[in-house]
Amino acid sequence: MTRRVEVLVVGAGPAGIAAATAAARHGRDTIVIDDNAAAGGQIWRDGVRRDHGNYDAVKLKVLAALQSSGARILSNRRVVDAPAQGVLQAVVESPEGIKAESFAWDRLILATGARERFLPFPGWTLPGVFGAGGLQALVKGGYDVAGKRVVVAGTGPLLLAAAAHLREYGAKIVTIAEQAPLRKLLPFAASLWSSPAKMLQGARYRASLGSASYRTGCWPLAADGEAWVRAVRLTDGRRTWSEPCDLLACGFHLVPNTELAALLGCSFRDDFIVVDSEQKTTVANVFCVGEPTGIAGLDAALVQGKIAGLIAAGESHKASELYKRRDKELAFAHRLESAFRLREELRSLAAPDTIVCRCEDVRLSQLQGRASWTEAKLATRCGMGPCQGRICGPAVQTLFNWRPTSVRPPIFPIPIGVFSNEDSSNSYESEIHQEIS
Amino acid sequence: MPECLTVTIYVNGNAAVVPVGSVVSVAMLAAGVPCRLSVSGESRTALCGMGICFECRAIVDGVAHQRTCQLLCREGMRVETQA
Repeated sequence: MTRRVEVLVVGAGPAGIAAATAAARHGRDTIVIDDNAAAGGQIWRDGVRRDHGNYDAVKLKVLAALQSSGARILSNRRVVDAPAQGVLQAVVESPEGIKAESFAWDRLILATGARERFLPFPGWTLPGVFGAGGLQALVKGGYDVAGKRVVVAGTGPLLLAAAAHLREYGAKIVTIAEQAPLRKLLPFAASLWSSPAKMLQGARYRASLGSASYRTGCWPLAADGEAWVRAVRLTDGRRTWSEPCDLLACGFHLVPNTELAALLGCSFRDDFIVVDSEQKTTVANVFCVGEPTGIAGLDAALVQGKIAGLIAAGESHKASELYKRRDKELAFAHRLESAFRLREELRSLAAPDTIVCRCEDVRLSQLQGRASWTEAKLATRCGMGPCQGRICGPAVQTLFNWRPTSVRPPIFPIPIGVFSNEDSSNSYESEIHQEIS
Repeated sequence: MPECLTVTIYVNGNAAVVPVGSVVSVAMLAAGVPCRLSVSGESRTALCGMGICFECRAIVDGVAHQRTCQLLCREGMRVETQA
């Protein structure tokens, strides 16, 4: 089944919602497809407990605008391929099973968001070790952290947001270990004076953390425990200590989800998708908004999305009125990047037997001495499991400076038979067909 | 007030009662069982919480490789650690 649509948006986070709303309001037939159960992306993921954090005023306003815009939201869809010019293929999972869907589009807006960067260190595969945003998402999904001692570690503004959220749910935040040194964070904090909303948000997070210590220039060396994490070894570069805990929430800022853009042939600058002032990529009629164009946060995502939606609807004059605000928000990306740049020491946390590729259990010693990721993949299957290198890719890039190799469909693993209406088997097409590029 | 509606699912054969809206990986965490065993036999639970890392995949109603962090618990659902 192929659906024809004027504007197809991939991703229902803030950027995608803003894009879809703008396009639909200006009369374009618009569909948003999204991998999650509900619109909102990671930042506005709904929680099980309605008494916590679901009444974010911006979220409610933006979601209400989407609802009234006429755009259709199709959840639980994963885009897996772009089989022909102007066509995307997705799979939808439901209690009845998994089936394929195709979308033929005139304008395509990529709003695929970002994921956390994970860096391997001894013990990072232990149960009880989560991403910072990861643990936050699980708590929204019903995980009870009341009374649990949590160490939050890594880097980026997400650490504070996650810690504040966990504390709201009753967790005891033992410490927040931010790897960035204070001398880089101070200019960043000072620069927020020009963005009162961000300043206020940061202050709220900090205030809500009470007595929890926020240590800068401090990073995790190892997670210790047998079946579950018991303690985290932290260092500030001079001394090392062990911090007992029940949970470790650890992430090293964000990396963009660019697999679909890469599959479509969009040009990159470093790790990000190149867009012009109208949010157009280098591929005709394909736009990109939000984190894949640079990690700049919520406000940038909303304005970029609106610009792309307006341009896709032919409203270039209205869009141009937003450029100044967008460019100001993008400057925030550069400040984030320089404030939270990874310190050199993080590249040598993993021990020879530390697992780097969690899908295939490939250890650091198996990767050392390889010339490239392609060679490492061939020899070890690093990055060839179901996550297709989404987790170990950014890690090996940090550890070895290996660049990602080209993307091949399906960009998410799918059971064999989905596209031939046969009974789905449990084997993964990508595990069998993914080739080395 | 916190939600009080619950659903019952079966985690490795044992009944688990969780609030409506809970994701399957959370029910597995609460039950103290791993979502999957890695290729070298390590216990793994959800990492990213958003359907990217595939660490939370498990067998749900007989179907393997289900990302349990993206899947809501449904009454009577049977989930098992994926070896």
